[in-house]
Amino acid sequence: MLCDDCGQNEAQVHIVQIGPDGRLEKNLCENCAKEYGGNIYAPQNEGVSLNDFLKGVFGGANAVRSQDPTACPNCGMRYQDFQATGKIGCAVCYTTFRSELEPLLRRIHGSSPHSGKIPRRTGGVMATKQKITILRRNLDKAVAQEEYEKAAQYRDKIRELEQLLAQGEGGAAGGNE
Amino acid sequence: MEMNDIFRTPTLPGFSPTGKDGDVVLVSFVRLARNFRQLPFPGRAGFQQLQAVASMAASLQGDLENAFGESFDLIDMNAITPLEREVLAEKHLVSQSFLQNPQYRLVLVSQDRRISVMVNEDDHLRIQGQAPGLDLNTPLEAVSKVDDTVESRQDMAFDEDFGYLTACPTNLGTGLRASVLLHLPGLVYTRNMNNIINISPQLGLAVRGLYGDDREVVGNIFIMSNQLTLGFSEKEIIDNLKSAVTEIIAHERRARKAIELYRKDRLADDVWRAYGILRYARYLSQKEALELISKVRLGMDMHLIDEVDEKCYDGLLIGGRTSFLQNAAGSDNMSGAEVDKLRADMVRRILMAYRAEGRTGA
Ligand SMILES: [Zn+2]
Ligand SMILES: [Zn+2]
Repeated sequence: MLCDDCGQNEAQVHIVQIGPDGRLEKNLCENCAKEYGGNIYAPQNEGVSLNDFLKGVFGGANAVRSQDPTACPNCGMRYQDFQATGKIGCAVCYTTFRSELEPLLRRIHGSSPHSGKIPRRTGGVMATKQKITILRRNLDKAVAQEEYEKAAQYRDKIRELEQLLAQGEGGAAGGNE
Repeated sequence: MEMNDIFRTPTLPGFSPTGKDGDVVLVSFVRLARNFRQLPFPGRAGFQQLQAVASMAASLQGDLENAFGESFDLIDMNAITPLEREVLAEKHLVSQSFLQNPQYRLVLVSQDRRISVMVNEDDHLRIQGQAPGLDLNTPLEAVSKVDDTVESRQDMAFDEDFGYLTACPTNLGTGLRASVLLHLPGLVYTRNMNNIINISPQLGLAVRGLYGDDREVVGNIFIMSNQLTLGFSEKEIIDNLKSAVTEIIAHERRARKAIELYRKDRLADDVWRAYGILRYARYLSQKEALELISKVRLGMDMHLIDEVDEKCYDGLLIGGRTSFLQNAAGSDNMSGAEVDKLRADMVRRILMAYRAEGRTGA
């Protein structure tokens, strides 16, 4: 594939720009990529608008990642990047920026945790925990409605699952592969 | 089936007049946003990482074919023309934003065209299913089966509290977006649409016009979908949408009844005129075509027009899209008038092909 800027050399670097027209991706040769790299490595020396225009160079810029202590260790995203793009960089970002993200997520979604499907392969323990939460809710309801026989069934099931968890057998499909 | 078919046949796979509540609901969609655990999301992925996602996804082709007992086409967005890309979007198989950067973007499409998997859109995978009429369960089952197939091979990005992790935080949790396309000429005519648009956010739903822009919706087709994805189960999300849509269907039918009651002759005149223009016009703009198609569809649903089979509808919709017409003609270098002429030709041809037997509208 040829470089998008010069159309001469083979493209080596993939960059993502966030500009006034939205998101734009480019494939650049090493020479042309340097033009952008200069701005990325020394953004404070450049004009503000350019700084805003170029939010990141990826694929060829691993060096940038390790230098920034506030960046996500897995993908190099900084929280400002998210504020500019509205997009999270990777799964690890959700751990890296958890405290920043939580209030925002509460505003979007409310405060209830996930209660939908769980990946069987990685989610054995979680599936069990989720089941216990639901059973506890049912137990409370049964007690409130004085359905003690039902309540006892729920209680036994909860104990059973809690024992499973304690033994470290979160579920039959719990993540060994 | 030839691959060319997908770009050239004037049909929309999920559209069929026989679907449940098909007089109002055109098609139901469910899509799941999914990401592999290790790799950055596409918006922050480099070449090699995008390539890695693409090959992981491409390797699923065989698994999906086994799981569904049906072949899946693997389309490399970079290997098809810009017009062909547009046609995939016009057919609701990929999103418009998926077209921006074709490199390392793939789409897997089932043979019946009701399942499509976008690879490297905002998320690594966007798994979409569709079914005619108001039927969210069928596509939910289909996309869940695709998801099961994927996760039997790969570790997915998942968090106990946040659920499935997605590039856009608005998709967290189930990663599920359920949508229905609604044809609402009655509510538009009786000026009730704004009420529905205004009240929807309180129900956790979003409504917007499918065609047209912010100022004006063209063709009376609206898309309604869930806003919230976290803290509810897949079933709760779907049931919530379903009950709101059921309500809207009832309102739409009441509005149509009222129009029939107070303006029946006028209505008949209106829909037959629309049919006449579509049937004989030599130039049709996209906007005019959409407005007329809506009237003809209403006329068919209210049994005023019996000269043409309802099955013509999806053909008229897709056959009237600009990129579809240009792709069929093999040129993206046409004047507006040339496209309008092609559109009129296509519409006439489709109406001829679906002319109903039996009574004429006398
Ligand atoms: Zn270059
Ligand atoms: Zn990250």
